[in-house]
Amino acid sequence: MKVVAKTANEAMAEAMRQINPDVVAAYPITPATEIVQIFSSFVHDGLVDTEFIAVESEHSAMSACIGAAAAGARVMTSTSSQGLALMDEVLYIAAALRLPIVICEINRALSAPINIHCDHSDTMNVRDSGWIQIYAEDSQEAYDSVIQAMKIAEEAFLPAMVTADGFILSHAMQRIDMLEDEEVQAFIGEHKSPYNLLDIYNPITIGPLDLQDYFFEHKRQEADAMMKAPEVIKKVADEFGQKFGRKYGLVEEYRLDDAEYAIVVIGSTAGTAKDTVDMMRDKGHKVGLLRIRVFRPFPAEEIVKALKNVRVVGVMDRADGVNAYGGPVFMEVRAALYEEEKKPDVYSFVYGLGGRDVKPVDIERVFQMIMDADKGKKIDRLNYIGVRE
Amino acid sequence: MKETWKELPIGAIIKEPGSSKRFETGDWRTERPVLDPEKCIHCMFCWIYCPDSSIKVENGKMEGFLYEYCKGCGICADVCPTKAITMVREEV
Amino acid sequence: MGVIDIKKIAKTEQLFAPGHRACAGCGATIIIRQVLSVAGKDTVVGFATGCMEVVSTIFPYTAWEIPFLHVAFENVAAAISGVETAYRALKKKGKIKKKINFIAFGGDGGTYDIGLQALSGAMERGHDMLYICYDNGAYMNTGIQRSSATPFGAHTTTSPAGKKIPGKMQWRKDLTEIMASHGVPYVAQASPAYYQDLMQKVEKALSIEGPTFIDVLSPCPLGWYYATKDTIKIAKLAVETKYWPLYEVDNGVHRVTVKPRKFKPVEEWLKMQGRFRHLFKEENKWMIEYIQKELDKRWERLLKLEEAGL
Repeated sequence: MKVVAKTANEAMAEAMRQINPDVVAAYPITPATEIVQIFSSFVHDGLVDTEFIAVESEHSAMSACIGAAAAGARVMTSTSSQGLALMDEVLYIAAALRLPIVICEINRALSAPINIHCDHSDTMNVRDSGWIQIYAEDSQEAYDSVIQAMKIAEEAFLPAMVTADGFILSHAMQRIDMLEDEEVQAFIGEHKSPYNLLDIYNPITIGPLDLQDYFFEHKRQEADAMMKAPEVIKKVADEFGQKFGRKYGLVEEYRLDDAEYAIVVIGSTAGTAKDTVDMMRDKGHKVGLLRIRVFRPFPAEEIVKALKNVRVVGVMDRADGVNAYGGPVFMEVRAALYEEEKKPDVYSFVYGLGGRDVKPVDIERVFQMIMDADKGKKIDRLNYIGVRE
Repeated sequence: MKETWKELPIGAIIKEPGSSKRFETGDWRTERPVLDPEKCIHCMFCWIYCPDSSIKVENGKMEGFLYEYCKGCGICADVCPTKAITMVREEV
Repeated sequence: MGVIDIKKIAKTEQLFAPGHRACAGCGATIIIRQVLSVAGKDTVVGFATGCMEVVSTIFPYTAWEIPFLHVAFENVAAAISGVETAYRALKKKGKIKKKINFIAFGGDGGTYDIGLQALSGAMERGHDMLYICYDNGAYMNTGIQRSSATPFGAHTTTSPAGKKIPGKMQWRKDLTEIMASHGVPYVAQASPAYYQDLMQKVEKALSIEGPTFIDVLSPCPLGWYYATKDTIKIAKLAVETKYWPLYEVDNGVHRVTVKPRKFKPVEEWLKMQGRFRHLFKEENKWMIEYIQKELDKRWERLLKLEEAGL
């Protein structure tokens, strides 16, 4: 085990190096570019056996990844924002073809206007694509999750994206405990493919036309894989925790046991939020935090268990639904809680779009608002925090 | 009975190569090719130009047609250098 | 490359099975059969979305006796470049020993237009693959819409022969020359009516290590409006009227591979197809003259390039 100082980009690139995939097809885009650059230098210095394809667009990147994965290779790539959006149709195809591809995704706002900074609109945009989505709180988790994702994808036979917030994590130096190369190789094991295009003795047809009589069944099968994914993710996380000491789950509860008021948040904001929780606890408020680590498959059971005894919940979304009923995380959390006899009152807070900084005072304000709501003050169900109004 | 979702192979792949042979397109045609074996010189032109692989060739000899697939396009009759093939209207 | 012995090939296993749902008289299926007869069993094919992919792989039926991959419309070149790269990676690790051919097929839609970027990228990167375009001059699978490969004057549903505008007003893109300009080792044009020429070109392309491209004229009875039996006749006329010269660019040098002894006027080619019917109206005669002049010019240019060793 080595202790190093690395940004999330550097750490994820290191994880890729240690995984040593057979093929990487990638295209640069801020703020993920460094991952591709660093990995390219690994390739050109002979530090990995990977065949690297410098494709001419992200759409071709994912297309080449699909071809390579179908051919039985271990495949990874990296992108962000517009690049992820450009891959959109092919992302759905990769998931439906059940290929265990892993993306190191750096969260960045979708245009327009063009903005290179952090928000979750890019990954929320593809939440129904069939990909497993893991949101890291810090660079250590990003590094650890990339390694776990490779194993998860190859067991669930679903592709997975590990996301880290743009610039906040991707470009900020943090202390990382790195594993040894052999430990990573031992953990992920031999590559597993759902099928093999290159087996010319058993030729298969991949990607047929599926008409009204079969399409629905194939889609139901894909949904089933996503339903079985939480078990796979937990199993891999447990194994990782046992071997390397760092524990992960589908969600992370922070001081929720006796909390009356809670915030739900995804990604790096959780770090700031945890500090705010501590600060407010010191003042005597019974507050807590739920961080959702795995957004797809959606951990409804874990969320309900964590929140059902809380009085009021504020869900913070770093992506807007543009007059959907609240942000995406809010909608899904609320839907999960709907069944419960006794359930908290839930409010939506859209924040941090385009890298708008979120400070402890902003999170304190969210807590204040939901506490006021509990005391009978009329609060809007859907709110924006941190925008100049 | 068509398969349930649990019975289908992963990822909608088709595992049986050439399974289209189970789908007979012969009922599409309105004309059928008829061979005059006397005139046939076994040049294989009909074979190389048939869109539906429906020319039966055995041991280098043209033996006839796979009527279960032949769509009656008439290309074989058109390319045959000795006019050994004629297109005849199908009767109901 | 040796002479293609059709009798010998007729004895080999057919890798494209009957029972597919292509139209009667479809040119593209003839092309596929000729290509696979040369490529053989150790071949992996990729297809762009389009007629061929749709008619040959309707779940649970597949006409393919070899591995087949379809991803989307515009990315077969990228997908196959990924397959080829995986092959090299796995071969390097000793996990695969056999030599496998990689052939990407696209219609003119998925090649000239929406697929051009992926094709250009894959060719530029130097992957060891053959790209074959079955060029029927329109987006046929969606019901005959114009593509940049549609010939000047042709009627399609998005370039109809109307009262004001008589068909497509742009000359077709010369993709073969565009691919030659990419500097890949081998580029060619072929027609299924000249099976010897086509199959020799495929054999040559597959023997070369590196990216290769062949544009094949693919007559379409439905889109071109002609009787199904005339597919090969029309594929031959295209060459005899200079519409579709059969040539190759081998290591950057142009060589015409089929030189008809006597050329026919382009009217012979045009009058066989309903999509050009409106050209024979008095007010549109200028279009036929223009086409003939352009074809003559382009043929002369090709001959000059060949003569100059360029």
